[in-house]
Parts: sequence; structure tokens; C-alpha cells
Amino acid sequence: MVPLSWYLALSAVLFTIGAVGVFVKRNVISIFMCIELMLNAVNLTLIAFSSYYREISGQLFVFIVMTVAAAEAGVGLALVIAVFRNRQSLDADDANLLKL
Amino acid sequence: MEQAFFLVLAVLSVGAALSVVIQRSPLYSAFSLIGLFACLAALYVSLQAQFLGAIQIIVYAGAIMVLFIFVIMLLNIRKDAQVLDKHRYLWVLGVPFGLVLAIEVLYTLSKVAKVSIDKPAIGDSQSIGYGLYTTYLMPFELTSILILLAIVGSVILARRDDEKEEN
Amino acid sequence: MLRVIVFAPLLGAIILGLFGKRLSERIIALIACSSIAVSTIAAFAAFAKLLAQQPDSAGVRRISDTLFTWIQVGAFRADFAFMLDPLSGVMILFVTGVGLLIHIFATAYMSGEDSYYRFFTYLNLFMFMMITLVLADNYLMMFVGWEGVGLCSYLLIGYYFLRDYANDAAKKAFIVNRIGDFGFALGVMLIFYHFNTISFIDKTGIASVFTLAANKPIEDLASTALFAGGLTTIAILLFIGATGKSAQIPLYVWLPDAMAGPTPVSALIHAATMVTAGVYMIVRSNMIFGKAPMALTIVAVVGALTAFFAATIGIAQWNIKKVLAYSTVSQLGYMFLACGAGAFGPAFFHVVTHAFFKALLFLGSGSVIHAMHHNEDMRTMGGLSKYLKITFATMGAGTLAIAGFPLLSGFFSKDEILWKVRSSTVLPGSLGTILWLLGLLTAAITAIYMTRMMVITFFGEERFRNAHHDDHGHSGHDDHKAHDDKHGHDSHGGHGGNPHESPLAMTIPLIVLAILSVVGGFMGVPEGLAEKFLPHSLHHYTHSFYAFLQPVISVPVIAGNGGEALAKDHGAELVSTILSSIVALVAIGIGYLVFRGKPLMQMPAFLENKYFIDEIYDAVIVNPLKAISTTGLWKFVDVVIIDGSVNGLAKLVNLTGSGLRYLQPGITRLYAAFIFGGAVFVIGWFFYVVVNR
Repeated sequence: MVPLSWYLALSAVLFTIGAVGVFVKRNVISIFMCIELMLNAVNLTLIAFSSYYREISGQLFVFIVMTVAAAEAGVGLALVIAVFRNRQSLDADDANLLKL
Repeated sequence: MEQAFFLVLAVLSVGAALSVVIQRSPLYSAFSLIGLFACLAALYVSLQAQFLGAIQIIVYAGAIMVLFIFVIMLLNIRKDAQVLDKHRYLWVLGVPFGLVLAIEVLYTLSKVAKVSIDKPAIGDSQSIGYGLYTTYLMPFELTSILILLAIVGSVILARRDDEKEEN
Repeated sequence: MLRVIVFAPLLGAIILGLFGKRLSERIIALIACSSIAVSTIAAFAAFAKLLAQQPDSAGVRRISDTLFTWIQVGAFRADFAFMLDPLSGVMILFVTGVGLLIHIFATAYMSGEDSYYRFFTYLNLFMFMMITLVLADNYLMMFVGWEGVGLCSYLLIGYYFLRDYANDAAKKAFIVNRIGDFGFALGVMLIFYHFNTISFIDKTGIASVFTLAANKPIEDLASTALFAGGLTTIAILLFIGATGKSAQIPLYVWLPDAMAGPTPVSALIHAATMVTAGVYMIVRSNMIFGKAPMALTIVAVVGALTAFFAATIGIAQWNIKKVLAYSTVSQLGYMFLACGAGAFGPAFFHVVTHAFFKALLFLGSGSVIHAMHHNEDMRTMGGLSKYLKITFATMGAGTLAIAGFPLLSGFFSKDEILWKVRSSTVLPGSLGTILWLLGLLTAAITAIYMTRMMVITFFGEERFRNAHHDDHGHSGHDDHKAHDDKHGHDSHGGHGGNPHESPLAMTIPLIVLAILSVVGGFMGVPEGLAEKFLPHSLHHYTHSFYAFLQPVISVPVIAGNGGEALAKDHGAELVSTILSSIVALVAIGIGYLVFRGKPLMQMPAFLENKYFIDEIYDAVIVNPLKAISTTGLWKFVDVVIIDGSVNGLAKLVNLTGSGLRYLQPGITRLYAAFIFGGAVFVIGWFFYVVVNR
């Protein structure tokens, strides 16, 4: 039996790596991918709980999360394309028009 | 036995995640991410969530990552090592914060109550379908509308401006 | 009824102020004089009514006219009300009467001025304020009039406002007055603190200050009483107000410079009415002063010193108006000396007679100045008796009156003062005798310098013929230089012709005042003389002045200094009278003989320079204050502290903004990092709290 806490620990580590990656990476698509990483870590947590407490609702929640993640990916990439057309650059540092 | 399996997969997934963050080229990050999804799918299956494991591969690795790779190639991204990162300090900021967060979360999660329940674990398509169309019908419907919104939104956002003039 | 007296001049001032610019000179003169005439007639009518009234239980006759309750806060009540009693009755008679004569004089004197209407507006306004002061029935109304006459004095002294000298003189008058007013205001406040009322008379709801003061004990003759906060302090504070208004030491310095205004102004304000307001106020407050021997002593000493001091300066002046100005200061000193000696009646009598002869002298000098084409320097006059016969005769009468020539009005009033000082029931020890001697000496000097003035102006060689090239630029303070060109006297052939007598409008007031100066004294003959020389049936009339005033003026008696016994000794009184007559005659004689021979005899420089008092004030008070204001208050407090803190606040805000700007660097990743950091913090805090519960 793999104890629950191992899964949770793995999930925490993955989440942290994703979170750090969000602001360390410069390319917006890379940032996006790190966000997906975070979402997956959360998915893992949910499924682990669902399995150990014998509840099906955790997996259902993951189902919904995946769907939402897909939708979000679609819209986000469309945004990235639109931004790229205007700025010709995918560097997050170049989006600095809010600078005082 | 199971624990060894878990450990291997855990190490692989952590490695893949680190690779996502560390790689310079977005394409390599994408590939690493696909690898991560595969590991996770295996973990899901080991947790008796077979349906979701399959869905993970099909949707995430098969659709979402393909979309990512399409976009990466479309935009013809070079490695972003060309320009020196002006904000290297963020690495210095990020790693300690990350460690702090990890420790916090681990600490909390260790307090989670441990129970054992007699029922067997299930995760096949029948039980998921059953729950989805009875108890969780409302989120299901709303999610479908959400997907519709996403489709319309991305079409409008990514469309070229000269199409408007044709109208 | 009394309000007619008060508001007629105000109406005149308003009409002239609003419409005067478009009216002709004749109409302006008509309006101005008729408003005062209305006031005068109303005053006489009211006085007649007062005489006909039966005295009440305390022997006092009074007419009141309340318009409305002006202020009522707690126990403090000040009515906008007027009151005619013996004291204010006599005062209002000569204020309006002499005011009317001066207005008539001024219609001719100021003829040809541009802004003719402005002069009469201000003059009518002044009359309104003065009448308010006199007829007020409480200290606050009196203060309103007090301040108002100060304002009008400023406006009128600075009438020729295009001249720096006139402006400076007006400012000086107002500012020095204000210093005195501060003392007066404090005195009134202290009165309220002690008596919970500031009214002169008992009315429903409030009591009279004086009936309450009469019940207080007599305070000590000690300098501690000055600061004890009792009646002595009140009296001294009121006296400080009087020194400002009535030009005593140390606040007299504004009066000589006030001669920069037109001569009718000097006659009305600085001789007959405004400057006597201080004396009036003290006589009105005689109940309070009667209980404060220390204050009375100080008043007497200051009065005597001022009288002597001003007389010594007056003897060395060359400007005819300055001589009269210092003479006014000196005579006011006599009045205060009398008040200080407890002789309030004689002091007030001197106010009345002084109004007559001083107004006469000033108007006469105006007539002379007018004839001399606005030259005021006596060195370029002389021999004018041939040409200005009426002026000479009337001014002669005035000079004899002020010098104390026997049987003229000034003789009776001044002599009574001197006698009462000698036989004072208030002054300690032999102070009475010392001040009496000083008063005698001053009387001698007065006679000398007045005679000098007459002799230099009217007798001797006609120096004006030699000096006619530079009679405009010659005199030190010739204030009519620019004005002279517009004066309607070009028809007299310029400088070559002889000086001529003034028009009727100017000479008639002179004649009237001369008559009053001569016979006005007979209503206040001292008892001792009347007993010896006059038939008994006339005693009622000759003593009428003092008898009339007796209900409102008390004679304080502070026992034990022998004055009481002396006061009853009619023999000694007669000796004193004869002595002062001799002194007066001898002094007049000396003055005539000395200055007939050497009219241009130079007096000691320090007297001519008025003991350099103005220079001393400048160095000791004015310049240090200016220095403190400039370097201290302006450069330091205002620029460094106030501006510095305001600017510093702005700079602080600026700095904060610059600092906070770094929160918005436009670096997207940094925003994400902040969010992450915040999340870490929040999560950690929650878990810490929850887990450790």
C-alpha cells in the first residue's frame, strides 16, 4: 500500500515546481505550460483523495478540471497569437506598457 | 512492490517537471510536459482511476499539447537565449519561495487524517458516467457551455483583421 | 428723541458719500452744515427738556433713548442706547455747537479743493461717531464711538493722501491710538469681570457700574494695588486708553504730526472734541477712580508732567499749528491733573472752556494760513494785525483766555484746577503742593509761548514780503504745496498783494467763539471768589456749572492729608487766585517785551526738536520691531518654517510616490512573483493559525 501522504507530497512538489516556473520563464508559452503543470498537480491530489476515501466525486471534479483546462488552453493560445501579431515577440518582459 | 512502482514514477515525473522549467526551448519543455502527463496517467491508473488515466492521455497529451506544439511551430519561436535575461534575480527569489511553499504544504498535508474504508476503490467509466449524469449534471452542462465560449472566444481573438474589412 | 442728534450727521455723511461727487460745492456745504445744525438744535432741545425734568431720588436728571438690545450673552448686555444726563448734556452742547461753527468755517476754508465732498463726508461721519461716544449709555457703545473717531481722525489727517507726510501722520495717529485702545478694552473687560455689567445707568435687568462701584471700599495707595486686578487696575487701564486718545505722555506723539490734516480738522478733532474724549471718559468713570488713589496719583503726575513738557516744546516751534498742537497737549495735561487731584468738575469745566478758545485759536490760525496762501511758518509772517483785523482781535481774545488773563473763561477754569490741586483731598502728602507749583510754572510758560505766537504773527515787520519767493518751500511742514495751485486765490494778484481778511463764513465763527471764550467762564466761578465779589443773587448762576454736574460727579475724599481743611479756606483760595493772575499777567508781559524786540529769537535746539522723542521711539521701539518682523518673523518663521513645512509636505508626498512607483515596473513576471509571494504568505499564515489551534 502506498500511503496517501506520498501522493500528496509528490503533488506538492509538482505544484511548487510549476509555480516557480510561472515567473521564472520568459516565454509566454512556457509560462502557460507551467500553469498546466500546476493544474495537473492538483488533479493528482484530487484523484489520490478520491481513491483513498472511496469517493467518486474527486474523479468527477478532475473530469471537469480537465475540460476547463482544455478550454483555457484554447483561449489562452489564441490570446498569445493575438499578442504576437501586435508585438512580434513572445517575451513576457516586452509587455511592459503598464510601466510607470 | 507497489511502492517501488510509485517511487519510480514519482522520480520520473519530478524530473520531467524540472525539465519543463529548466529547458530553454519551449519545444523541449512541451515534450517534457508530455512525458509528465504520461507518468501521471500511469499514477492515475495505479489509483484505480482508469477512465481518467485514459482521458488524461487523450485530452491533455493528445489535444492540448498538440495545440501547444502547433502554436509553437506557427510562431516560429527561437530559443530565448538570444537576449540576456534582465531579471535573473527572479531565480534567486523563486527558489527559496518555492521551498517555503513546499514545506508549508507538506506540513499541512501530513496532518491529514488517515482512514481506511472497506469499499473497493473504483474509477471505471460506469461509475463516472453515473455520477456525471445524476448528481453532477449541472456542472456538466455548464462545462459544455464553457467549451462553447472558449471556441467562440479563441476564434475571435485569433482572427486576422483584414477579414473584417471584407465584410 | 436723542437718536436725531446721533443720526443726522450720519445721514449727511451717507448722502455726501454716495452723491457728493456730482454735487456742487454750495450744495455740499449746505447738506453738511444743515445736518450738523439739525443735530445742534436737537441737542439744545433735549438739553432744555433735561433742565425741565424733575430730578429723581438720587438727584439725577436723565433722558434715555434705547434703540435695541445689541448684544445679550449671559450676563453681558450692551444696548444700542443713548443717554442724556448732566455730563453728556453739557458735552453734547459744545460738541455740536462748536462742530457747527467749524463746519461753517470749513465751507469757506476748503473751498476750491478737489474732493470737497470727501472732506465733509468724513467730517460728518466724525460728528456721528463723536456724538455716539458722548451719548453712549454703556462702555461698549462708548468704545464704538471711541474707535470710530479714531478712524475718522485717520481719514481726515490723511485727507491729502497724495502726500507721504500726511499718510504717515495718519498712520501714526491711528496706530498710537490703538495702543491706548488696547488698555481701554482691557479695562472694560475687567469692569465686566468685577461688576457683571458695563452700563452707566441702572436699567431693568442690569445694574449701573457706578452704583456698584460706589459700594466698594477705597483701595490702598500702593503700587501693589496697580496689579491686584481691582478697581485700581481698571482705572489705570482706562487711563492708558485716555493717554492714547487724549495725547498724554507717552502716547502724545501723534498729535503734533496730526497737523498734516486741514486746519478745520485740527480745530475740531484735535482741539475741541476727540482729544477731550479721554477726559470725558475719565470724568464719566469718576466713581471708579474715586476708589483708586494710586491710579489718581499716577493720572495727576502724568498730567502735570505732560503739561509742563509740552509747554516747553511749544515755546520753540516755528509752525503756527504745531505751537497750538503742543498747547493742546499741555492743556489736556491740566485736565488730567485736575482729574488726578479728584477735581473732576473743574477738569470738565476746563474741557468746555478749552473747546471754546482752542477751536478759536485753530480757526484763527486757519484764517491766517488762508491769508498767507497756506504758509504755516511764523518766520515768514509778521505785522498781520494791520490786515487781518478780525482775526487778530479774536485770536487775541483766545490767547488771553488760554493764558489765564483774569476774568476770561480760561482764567476761571485753570485757576480752579490749580486751587483744587493744591487743596486736593486725594493726593498724598505734599504732592498736591508740588504739582500746584508745576502747574503755575506751566501756566507761565503757556502765557509766554502764546504771546510769542501772537507777537511773531501779528506784530513787527512784515517778513512775508521778503520771503514770498520761497514761502512755499520754506516752512518745514508746509502741507498745502500741491494744493495751493488749485486754490481760488489767483485773483488776488499772487504774492505781490497784501494779505486780506477771510470771508464772512470764516470770521463769524471766530467772533462767536471769541465771545464764548470771554464770557463762558462766568458759569463756573469758584465759591471763594463769588462770595467775596459777587452779590448773592448771582451765586446761583455763577455756580450753576458745578451744581448742575454735582449729581453725576463725586468728589473723592481720602482722609488724612489735610486737603479738606485747606479746601474750605476761602482766604487761601483768594491768595492762590491772585497769585495765578499775577503770574499770567507777568508772563504775558515778558512774552510781549521779549519777542517784540527779537521775534526770530532762536530757542534751544533740543526743544525745537521736541527732545528728540520721535527719534528715540524710532530707535527703541519701531526699528527693533521692524527688525524682528523682517528677520525673525518673515525670513525665519514664514519662509523657513511655514513654507518649509508646506513644501516639505509636498516633497514628502513626491518621495513616497517615487518610492511606490517601483511597485508598478511593468515587468509582468514580477507581478506574478508578487502574487506568488503573497499566496505563500497567506497560506503559511492560515496554516499556522489553523494547525496551532
